[in-house]
Amino acid sequence: MTDKFISIEGIAKRYPGASGATTNIFENLWLSMARGEFACVIGHSGCGKTTVLNILAGLDAPSEGAVIVDGRAISGTSLDRAVIFQSHALLPWRTVLGNVAYAVSSKWRSWDRAKVRAHAQTFIDLVGLTGSEHKRPSELSGGMKQRVGIARALSITPKMMLMDEPFSALDALTRGTLQDEVRRICLETGQTAFMITHDVDEAIYLADKIFLMTNGPGAVLAEVVENPLPRDRGRTDLHRHPLYYALRNHIIDFLVTRSKTFAAETQGHDPRNVPLVQIGKPGLTIAASGEEQRQTWISGTSPGLTA
Amino acid sequence: MTSSLRLRAGLVSIALLAAFLGVWHLATRSTGATTTMSPEYAKLMGLTATQGKSAMPGPLDVGAKLWEHLKRPFYDNGPNDKGLGIQLAYSIARVGTGYLLAVLVAIPLGFLIGMSPLLSKALDPFIQVLKPISPLAWMPLALYTIKDSSISAIFVIFICSIWPMLLNTVFGVASVRKEWINVARTLEVSTVRRAFTVILPAAAPTILTGMRISIGIAWLVIVAAEMLVGGTGIGYFVWNEWNNLSITNVIIAILLIGIVGMLLDQILARFTRMVTFPE
Repeated sequence: MTDKFISIEGIAKRYPGASGATTNIFENLWLSMARGEFACVIGHSGCGKTTVLNILAGLDAPSEGAVIVDGRAISGTSLDRAVIFQSHALLPWRTVLGNVAYAVSSKWRSWDRAKVRAHAQTFIDLVGLTGSEHKRPSELSGGMKQRVGIARALSITPKMMLMDEPFSALDALTRGTLQDEVRRICLETGQTAFMITHDVDEAIYLADKIFLMTNGPGAVLAEVVENPLPRDRGRTDLHRHPLYYALRNHIIDFLVTRSKTFAAETQGHDPRNVPLVQIGKPGLTIAASGEEQRQTWISGTSPGLTA
Repeated sequence: MTSSLRLRAGLVSIALLAAFLGVWHLATRSTGATTTMSPEYAKLMGLTATQGKSAMPGPLDVGAKLWEHLKRPFYDNGPNDKGLGIQLAYSIARVGTGYLLAVLVAIPLGFLIGMSPLLSKALDPFIQVLKPISPLAWMPLALYTIKDSSISAIFVIFICSIWPMLLNTVFGVASVRKEWINVARTLEVSTVRRAFTVILPAAAPTILTGMRISIGIAWLVIVAAEMLVGGTGIGYFVWNEWNNLSITNVIIAILLIGIVGMLLDQILARFTRMVTFPE
């Protein structure tokens, strides 16, 4: 935690409500990430996840506080921070190549056409869309569109990727393959990634760190959960890891009950010093329950039932 | 299936046309001599009096006259006797000039208004008041200030075609999907480049729809405007032939106005299809 590549420092977002009142989406939010880390944010709708991402992207400004990326406070959008949009946001009048080339030529304005095309092509190849360069977005399936979105984000070689539920509109099979691709690409390129998701399994598979947010308005970052699974985890044997169910249950418990009751039950929650939950490490209450879960599982009970 | 539907629709269209022409023909045909009169008097009176023929020309009369016009579309026998081709060319030139001027003003202005909420709110009352004014109401003012009837007609076309284009451009620009704007923002695209690479293509179908409405209105208005300013043009031709009591020529002019209007609309429809993108 010494290297704070991204540091969100005490940001708040308020909207003027009806009759002069203000609605606090969240207040005094602190959050930090190290370089090359993959973080997922989980929370119910309306807790301000997307607002946090938009502030990180520079598309939205916080009412208070600052965001520091790589030692500098951000103001506005930047080519260092690429966004993958939930609705893929491809320009429908451009081809696949045209969409990626648009991003490339925005970053390197002096490049000639051939260089832009060649650069864009490498990223189209990277996401496995070779052969579809000249198709328009309307001719592509949902998964292919999101691949183009990923290629476009990667093509500008950003310092970090921001993803707002990028796979939520896709079918389960496509989602799985795209998660694999994103994980592979992020590991290969050492990308720092910040992803919003509703999908607990997606978070467990992809994230190094999972941020749990309570329900809004007045949402807070309740816990930071460290993913105990090894970095070289695979999709197929993920659920065999001894701590998998402990982690999964912890997150689901949070979403089902604690996200509602957290604010009322927890006294002295310090937003600057959010508890770091390390499942499976001794000395923590969570660890004990994790051990328990593991015991149940080893003894042969169907693991799915506990979730 | 679709080809057979088109074929059947075509057959029905032809049948309807034939029925219409048939009824028209029957309703206007001669009913035979009504009164006996000396041949010289009869020659003076014309067929209406002698043969009981309707004052309304029949389809055959119109067809024959139309053929005459089509054979010599560009003759010029002086101020009041010009070929239909020349008259139509005058009208199309006026509409074209006024319309192009309106495009040059409406689209950049619409862009500015659409991109700036301040301008949009500030100019809205003016647009709301100016929009419903009949373009012909401007005519006296135009004649007084411009002092040239031909340019006044162009001005009237300009003022009537500007509003649909302006409003559609404003709407198209203001309602470009937020996410496309956000894409440009995250890529740090400059405002000018964003306007041309994101907003213009995204708003183009809406802008072209406005342009299509405008050309239709302009073509409607030119006939009335030319009736007022006189001299040349298809509108003047209609009024002149009415003064000549040549209903045949009036009917031919009506037919041609319809056909040219349809062609103008089809051209704009084709442009609209070119810029429309499937989502």
